[in-house]
This record gives sequence, C-alpha cells and structure tokens, in this order.
Amino acid sequence: MRKNAPLALAFNAVFIAFMLAPLVIVCLVAFTSKGYISLPWDGFSLRWFRAILDNPHFIDAFYLSVLLGVASATIAVGLAVPASMAFARHDFKGRGMIMAFFLSPLMVPHIVLGVSFLSFLTKVGWYGTFAGLVFTHVIIIMPYALRLVLSSVTGLDRSAESAAVSLGASNWVVFRRVTLPMIIPGVAGGWVLSFITSFDEVTMSVFVASPGTTTLPVRMYEHIVETIDPLIASLSASLIFITMIIMFLLDRFYGLDNILVGKGK
Amino acid sequence: MAHETQSSLKIRPYLLSAPALVLYVGMFLIPLIMTLMLSFYSYDMTKGGIIEEFSLGNYTEVITDSYFHGIFLRTLSMSVLVTVFCVLLGTPEAYILHRMSSPWKSICMLAILGPLLVSVVVRTLGWAILIGSKGVINQTLMSIGLIDEPIKLMFTTTGVVIALVHVLIPFMVLSVWASLQKLDLQVESAGQSLGASPFTVLRRIVIPEIMPGILSGSVIVFALTASAFATPSILGGRRLKVVATTAYDEYLGSLNWPLGAAIAVLLLIANIIIIMSYNKFIERKYAQAFK
Repeated sequence: MRKNAPLALAFNAVFIAFMLAPLVIVCLVAFTSKGYISLPWDGFSLRWFRAILDNPHFIDAFYLSVLLGVASATIAVGLAVPASMAFARHDFKGRGMIMAFFLSPLMVPHIVLGVSFLSFLTKVGWYGTFAGLVFTHVIIIMPYALRLVLSSVTGLDRSAESAAVSLGASNWVVFRRVTLPMIIPGVAGGWVLSFITSFDEVTMSVFVASPGTTTLPVRMYEHIVETIDPLIASLSASLIFITMIIMFLLDRFYGLDNILVGKGK
Repeated sequence: MAHETQSSLKIRPYLLSAPALVLYVGMFLIPLIMTLMLSFYSYDMTKGGIIEEFSLGNYTEVITDSYFHGIFLRTLSMSVLVTVFCVLLGTPEAYILHRMSSPWKSICMLAILGPLLVSVVVRTLGWAILIGSKGVINQTLMSIGLIDEPIKLMFTTTGVVIALVHVLIPFMVLSVWASLQKLDLQVESAGQSLGASPFTVLRRIVIPEIMPGILSGSVIVFALTASAFATPSILGGRRLKVVATTAYDEYLGSLNWPLGAAIAVLLLIANIIIIMSYNKFIERKYAQAFK
C-alpha cells in the first residue's frame, strides 16, 4: 500500500534532478580552468576560487551581509521574545490585531517594501547608513522569528516557572533562569532562519543598498546583470557549500521541514 | 505572581510588545503610507523632480497606457503558468514523498527544501548557465547532434517560467506535504479494502483531503511569482518586463518615483486581494471541517 509505483519513483528522480540541476551546474562551472563559462572536464582548476580573494568588493559585501544578518536577526529575536510572551500568556485587547500586524510584512511584496524603505530612508537621512539597512531587514525577518519563537513559548510547561516563583524568584530571574533555557531551541531556530532570510534577501535590498552598503546578493545580482563569468560561479559555489553545511546542522537539530513550513506564507 | 497588582498585569502585554510595535509603526507603517502618498504626486524633470500636489495622473497613466497593460498581463500570465506547473508537479511529488520511507524520504526532502536556503540570485544564475544560447543544455544537445541551432530559452517567457517554477515549487511541496501529514493512512487502506481502485482512493479520499494544502500553496506561489524580481530581471532581460522590474526601472532608471510608487501600490493591492479572497474562500468552504 505504502509503496510507490516504478513510475512514481521515476517521477521523483526527475523531480530531484530538476531541483538540483542549477545548483550542481554552478558548482561544476566554478571548477573550470577556462576564462569563460564551461564545464570542468575541459580543464579543471581552482583558479576561480582564488580569484574571489582578489576581488575585495565581493569580500567586503560578504562581511557586510554577515554583519547585517547577525545584527538584524539578533534585534528581530530580541523583539520577538517579549512579544511572544505577551501573545502566548496574556489575553489582552487588540491581541489578534497586533499579532496580525506583526506578521503582515509577509503579505507585502519585497519590491513594495524596497520602494517604501528607499523613500523613507532618504527622507529621514538614513540612506546609505548601516543602521538604516539593519532596520529594513528586521521588518522583513521579524515574522519568521516571531513564528518560531511563539510556537516554542506556546507549548511550554509552566510548572517549573510556578515552582521558581513560589521559591521566591523575581520575574526577571524566572525568565532568565527558567523560561529562557526552555525556549532557547525555538529562539535559536528563529535566529538562524532570520539570519538566512536576511543574508539571502535581494529584491528589497537592491533599493536601499548604497555604494557603501551593498550586500552580497545585491552585488552578485548587479554582476550577473552585466556579465556571467566563472568568478560569479565560484562565488555562488562557495555560498552553496556554506549553505549545505548549515543545512545539515539545521536538519540534525530541528528538521528542515519544521523550520521552513510556511516560510512563504 | 500574587504580589502583583491587577493593573500592572494588565499593561504588561502592551509593554512586552511595545518595542516591536514602535519599530513597526516607524519602519513599516510610515514608509508604506509615504509610498501611498508619493503615488499621488507627479514627476516633472523640467520642474526639478517630484511635485507634491495630489493627482490621479500616475494611476490613469498605468490604467490607460497599453505599455503598462502588456506588463501587467505578462506578469499575470506568468503567475498563472508558474502556479499551474507548481500544482501539477509539486502535488504528486509531495504525495510520493509522503509514501516514501526513511532514509530516502529525508534525503529527497533535503534536496527539495535545501535550495530554499540558497539565495535566489544563485539559483537564477544556475538557470542562466543552463539555458543560455551557449549554455550547457544547448551545447550538450548540439554536440550530440540532436539540434543544429541553439534553442532560445534565455530572455524568453519560457525560460523565466522554468526558473520560477524551480524557485517556488518547494513552497508547493511543503504546503501539500503539511496537509498530507494530517491524512490518516488508515482511511486510504479502508477505501482500498472496500474495493476502491487506487485511482478512486486518490480522487475521492486523498485529493479532497489535501485540497487546502494545494490551495494555500497556490496562493503563495502565485503571490511570489507576481512580485518576483531577480529571476525575471536576470533571465528576462530588459525587454521582458514584469511589474516588479518596471517599478525598479521607474525608481532607479527614469527616477520617476511617483509612477514607480503607483505601480508598487497596485501590486500590493492585487496581492492583498488575492490573499484575502483566498482566506474568505477557505473559511467558507472548510468552515465545517474545522468545527
């Protein structure tokens, strides 16, 4: 009953090949020794990986993206934890509305956020600043952080907290010593998903990135629009390798489907 | 927490959500309202840029100009095509995955969901390398003599649709997968033991059960295709414009921010209408099932 027919397995194989083909091809092309896009069987070399190091504007953009991801994911989680405590433990007036408001950036296309942030940052004079970039990213990743943190707070057994309170612990001590350690898996998962979403974001960032604050995906996008060469392939391949490592770790600890379910909603 | 007064408990949830609320009003609500206002202004290069006077000029231009009609129609037809392909390919894949057993199940799941963690720019680059006129597909086909001239996929709607299906189909698989998790396998067995053919079981038991998953996946895919930027921009090029790339060009190319804002507002409204009407539809149709 629970066995797939041969036709179904063939479909599955084609489907998986379709999913992996563009990523595999990028990784293959990255190892070419030629000066143009070609497969490595005509000549294998690591020269295009070394070439990344000679292009400081990619390296700088990489560091900027990492820093941006760390800063915005940390702020988003820092805001999501108290908000989740409010939503999970209190029934207050406007609860549903505030929660919907916090999740609503998911409904706004990134291109719309991009144009809005551009006007706003220019108006208040934050265009081209790192802080401005961070706050735009916080808005984009906040719904993801909130969802994961909220789900870990909601299912929490509160008897340990009551015990701590009855033993005379203050609210802050209860939170720091009892609650936080229990929700840390959800918080960490929310942080990682937020970081990745920020690190990969391109559509909105294209608008708010100034020459001094260009993120890696934006720089890569601008490069690809101009020219497609083995350099961009080796850079992409490096990102794929890094992502694979993170992915296996994530899958180990959380299960990838648990983290990604509803990412697009 | 008996020592706390009733009133401090009452304001606590507001205090807890206040920091996020402040950020959202300042960085999200105000920018969106600014864009809405901007869309009613006009742009005149000879008069030094944006003129802050209320007018419907941008909207009438978008609604009456056949140039914009073409762009909106292209975006719409691309979204429909991508959604249809994602349903046709993603649904059976999710069902097959559901019936697989570990470790193959988790390996396939990783292969399908993994690309979601890779920037869309990188995934699109992969397709550009594959489908270009000197791309891998064309070179391979030509070298084995199957075709004489390269198939034109780069800078065509077909190419953009293929890549967008690849970029967005994980959402469809995930969505259907999530609804399959709720499906009781015994119902399937019961149907079969009562003499239903596998096809009948699929049609009468499985499909109705996963319909909400297919629908919510479709809404996600449709909305994300309609506002996709990087993929149509890289694979579609200058000539194959969609709504998002047009807004981008108005903003950063012709510097006509008010017109770009109007296009963005229309896209946002379309997006909200689609999501809202989907929610209404689900509520009406499946209200009984959730009671």
